[in-house]
Order: sequence, then C-alpha cells, then structure tokens
Amino acid sequence: MLHAISLTAILFGAWLLLSGYFTALPISLGVLSVAVAVGIALRMDVIDHESHPVHLTWRIPAYWIWLLVQIVKSNFDVARTILGVGDPIAPNVVTVKPSQRTELGQVIHANSITLTPGTISVELEDGEITVHALTRASAEDLATGAMDGRVSKLEGAA
Amino acid sequence: MLAFVTVAVLLTMALALARALRGPTTFDRILAVSMVSTKTTLLVAVVGFLFGRPDFLDIALLYALINFVGAIAVLKFYKYGSLGLASHLEDAPGPTEAERPGADGPDATAARDPAR
Amino acid sequence: MDGILDVLAWILLGAGAVFSVIGGIGMLRLPDFYTRMHAAGVTDTMGAWLILAGLMCLAGPTLVSAKLALILFFLFMTGPSATHALIKTAWYAGLKPLTTDAPGKSGEAPPSKP
Repeated sequence: MLHAISLTAILFGAWLLLSGYFTALPISLGVLSVAVAVGIALRMDVIDHESHPVHLTWRIPAYWIWLLVQIVKSNFDVARTILGVGDPIAPNVVTVKPSQRTELGQVIHANSITLTPGTISVELEDGEITVHALTRASAEDLATGAMDGRVSKLEGAA
Repeated sequence: MLAFVTVAVLLTMALALARALRGPTTFDRILAVSMVSTKTTLLVAVVGFLFGRPDFLDIALLYALINFVGAIAVLKFYKYGSLGLASHLEDAPGPTEAERPGADGPDATAARDPAR
Repeated sequence: MDGILDVLAWILLGAGAVFSVIGGIGMLRLPDFYTRMHAAGVTDTMGAWLILAGLMCLAGPTLVSAKLALILFFLFMTGPSATHALIKTAWYAGLKPLTTDAPGKSGEAPPSKP
C-alpha cells in the first residue's frame, strides 16, 4: 500500500511539474490520469519494493553524494587515459563478490559500478559481478571494496 | 558561451558518427548511435536556451525517454530476432541460430545456453 | 548573487563541453568495443550532467530548472541500464574483450586502425 501511495505522489508530482498549469481543469485531468495509471499498475501487480524502494529513501541521498564524488574522480582518470597522459590502457575482466544480501542491493552495486566510468558490470549472476575495467588502477580501486561496503551500509539492517 | 557548448556537442556527435560509420562491429554502431541520441537530448536543451525558448525542454525530456526505449528495443531485436512478448522470447535461441519464437518446441530450453 | 551563479554556470557548461568532446575523442581513439564503452561513459555521465547543471544555474529556481532536473534524473536512472544491456548483449554474442595480462606498460592504444 505504501508503494501505491508513493507511486501516486510521484506521478502527480510529475504531472504538475510537466504541465506547469495550476488551474482546475488540468489538475482534475491529472488526478484522473494518475488514478488510471495507478489502477493499471495495481492490476499488473508491478508495484513492489523493487519498483520504488521506499525503505531506502532516507539513506540514499548520502550514498548518491558519495557516488557522485567517485564518478567525478574516475571521470578525470578516464579522461586522462583517453588523452594518453594518465594510466595506460590495460583492459581487464575481474570478478567482484558483492556482500549484499538482497537482489536489490546487488543490483544497486552493479549499477553503481556501471555508472562509474572506467568500470562496467557485464553480468550479475549467482552473486558474482563480472566487471570490465579500462585500466589496472580502476580494477584495483574496485578490489578495495569501498563501494561494496557503502552499498551494504545503504542496504542496512532493514 | 552557449554557442560554444552547442558546437562542442555537435563535435561530439560528429566523432560518434565517425565511429558509427567505421564500425567494425554492430555493437560499436549501436554504442555510437546511442551516444548521438544522448547528445541530441543535450543539444535540444542547449539550443532551447540559446534561442531563448526553454519550452524546448519538453522535447528534450521526451527524447531522453525515447532513447532508452529505442536502445533497449534494438538490443532486444538483436538478441531474439523479434520484438514479441517476453514469454515467447524466453526460450528463443541467440541470433546465430535464429529461429522464430513461435516455432519453439518444448525442448528449446536446451539451446538456451549462450554461445560464448 | 546573480553574478556568482552566472560564473558558475559558465564554468559548468565549459567543463561539460570539454568532457563531452574528450569522450568523443575516446570513441575514435580507444582500441576495442569494450574500452569504447568507457569513453561513452565519460560523455554520458560528466558531459551530460555538467551541461544540464550549467543550464540549471542559468535558469535559476524556476519550473525550467525542475524540468532540467527531471531530465538529469532520467539520464541518471536509464544510463546504466542501457549501458549494461548493450555490454551484456555483446558479451553473450561472443565478442571477445581485448585483455592485457602482462603487468606494466602494455596495451597502449594504436593511433589509427581499430
């Protein structure tokens, strides 16, 4: 139920934001279409903790900020590699064992790896992430397990 | 300054298009084209500001969403040779031994192991 | 206040343009498909985000900024999924990545032919 409410709130927020009109007719049309959309989603049974992880809402901004710093850092590394002044190109494929317990946590971890330039997760299967890394340094960065720890903390005890 | 950003985005698109023309694999082309479409989103947004018409942003927003669906559709088509229902596609073999999903027998799962 | 925001906007836009072009150069310079995906990652993250953030600074706290934030959010959410779908399809189609097993300085990009 919580997820249905959060979906309604998000959809209605998106409606207000995109229409930009705050008069009676557009808002009532918005209420109508949000109701139809949520009704269809409920019928399709696609509303669950994976479509909108409500339980992470309060912890995720801190993680995003940390991730943003990582992305900026590795962007500079990859840019230097491309221009030929940084680490030499040494593509390699490594495997990471994520310590997250839930699939959602593992997917967040894999997506964070992809989002960081220099490393892309190729597949996530049987609790192992196969990662393609551009340079030796980016692979070593991953091996320190800093991201793994952060995602596990984000996942929390819940 | 906005003109400079526009030129930079156009230059990036040109470089990506060069890669799309050169290939050599299909995936290089898909990657290049998806990069061009991300840049198109940016270009529409920047040009909207350049011409003082921020309502262009709605188009950019739509473009950002269509990109994603388009990229996934192309990859799905490549992998399964069809854009049918997911339940029909599940047992379909890879692109090399392409077979219509409708012709799948019950033993089609045996062919599912991906060929590396 | 307005002046500071403007300067910040120009800095962000300029940096975004530079990162975007660097990614484009990487698309041509890097040796194989998997390494080129990293170059595309540079343009798709820093390039796009910085330019959108710069435009947000130009627009100020208006509905326009909110729309830009929405575009930013969509790119943030769909980017990794599309990248992962592409690399996984390539992987299962049997495209071999270029790897360098010997440590040290190896695998430098050939300047012209891929």
